[in-house]
Amino acid sequence: MGATFTVARRELAGYFATPVAYVFIVIFLVMSGALTFTLGNFFTRGTADLSPFFNFVPWLFLFLVPALTMRLWAEERRLGTIELLLTLPLAQWQAVLGKFLAAWAFCAIALVLTFPLVITVNYLGNPDNGVIAAGYAGCLLVAGAFLAVGAAISALTKNQVIAFVLTVAVCFLFTAAGSPVVTEFLSVRLPVLVEIARGISITERLGGFSRGVVTLRDLVFFASFIGFWLFANAVVVDHRKAD
Amino acid sequence: MSALIEIDRLSKRFGAFTAVDDVSFRVAKGEVLGFLGPNGAGKSTTMKMLAGFVTPSSGTARICGEDVVDRPVTAKRHLGYLPEGAPTYPEMTVAAFLGFAARVRGFRGSEARDRVAHAMHLTTLEGVRLQPIETLSKGFKRRVGLAQSLLHDPPVLVLDEPTDGLDPNQKHEVRKLIAQMAPEKAIIISTHILEEVSAICTRAIVIAHGKILADATPAELAYRGPSLEAVFRDLTMPREHV
Repeated sequence: MGATFTVARRELAGYFATPVAYVFIVIFLVMSGALTFTLGNFFTRGTADLSPFFNFVPWLFLFLVPALTMRLWAEERRLGTIELLLTLPLAQWQAVLGKFLAAWAFCAIALVLTFPLVITVNYLGNPDNGVIAAGYAGCLLVAGAFLAVGAAISALTKNQVIAFVLTVAVCFLFTAAGSPVVTEFLSVRLPVLVEIARGISITERLGGFSRGVVTLRDLVFFASFIGFWLFANAVVVDHRKAD
Repeated sequence: MSALIEIDRLSKRFGAFTAVDDVSFRVAKGEVLGFLGPNGAGKSTTMKMLAGFVTPSSGTARICGEDVVDRPVTAKRHLGYLPEGAPTYPEMTVAAFLGFAARVRGFRGSEARDRVAHAMHLTTLEGVRLQPIETLSKGFKRRVGLAQSLLHDPPVLVLDEPTDGLDPNQKHEVRKLIAQMAPEKAIIISTHILEEVSAICTRAIVIAHGKILADATPAELAYRGPSLEAVFRDLTMPREHV
């Protein structure tokens, strides 16, 4: 495990050594706040909870997380440091996991920095803080799911723009799959696919979390989703590392 | 004396192109092997396979008896490797980068600090220890890569063009360093510079089109023609051009 955390630590320090971290965090905080207060009708809806915030976070992550992951492996290939990293005495899965954990920890930091919202809602009313905690856990899991997708796609290509666009597309697929537009369309045309679409939908899973309902099924879904993409990541890295 | 590096019928094919074709050789402790060949001869590919970065199409290599295909992590512990172009993380400082390499290799606390300090001393990097690597000159970057490969005092060193981009003084320093370490290690260096081979190598292998064309001491090679350059050209140029 030592090597995994060493890799994670280096990666995380790398985010803060470049403007990437600050741009990401500032944009995330500004956008999440602005969306919650404007489109989310935070004040006028008259309920002391953070559900407008939790509704917007996955859509923000949809664009911000791929920006974070696009460089994960693509940059290592461009600089040639992938050769250095993979000839150090660590297993490939340790490099894959280390990079993922660093990016995930970074998203956790960004989420923690939205704490003024929690303070605000507690100051204005008496929200159920358990529900808020569950909502945050759900957002973190969504971030993890997108990161795992993005990391695997980043290993596929040297080109960061391609990595970004493909990641947004794949994550959008999993986000939009459960939306009413898609399910209504499918129920008319291809009713068999409705359950599958809802089954793979990330927003569908997040719905439970933002109501404060954390079920084992949802946790297993996220764990296997992240596990699958990390496995794919390791396979791709192994196959294409020297190309 | 048992060989620390064993290359055993190693081949690498990329589609229809054969980069390395059934190459076998051994390097014992105390030997400095100069790996010579024109660009695209298969030098780097062979070294990458030895370092466990490129998976061989067939054959294998062993470092200190550990198979690089079957037991990659154990084999890599005995290896110090400088990849072609000496890639490093540009935003890290020299000390942070070497500290990272030390921790991945399992050194902690004061031992990690001592290892980093010693490697920086060997490659005279102390003056730039807190500078981000991207601000350094090419020669310094190369030495950072070299320091990384020496950090754990490995029995086997594989250096892909260690003196490329260095000025004459720095080249001299690196050669002196390699000569100093030579008795205790098995070392492979690849190079285009033939004088380097006569200067530090105890043995030279000439490779072209993925095949070994000559395996001899630099003196024996030079004896075959008017000069080492002439022998090298004669061996590696296609017949019709000679």
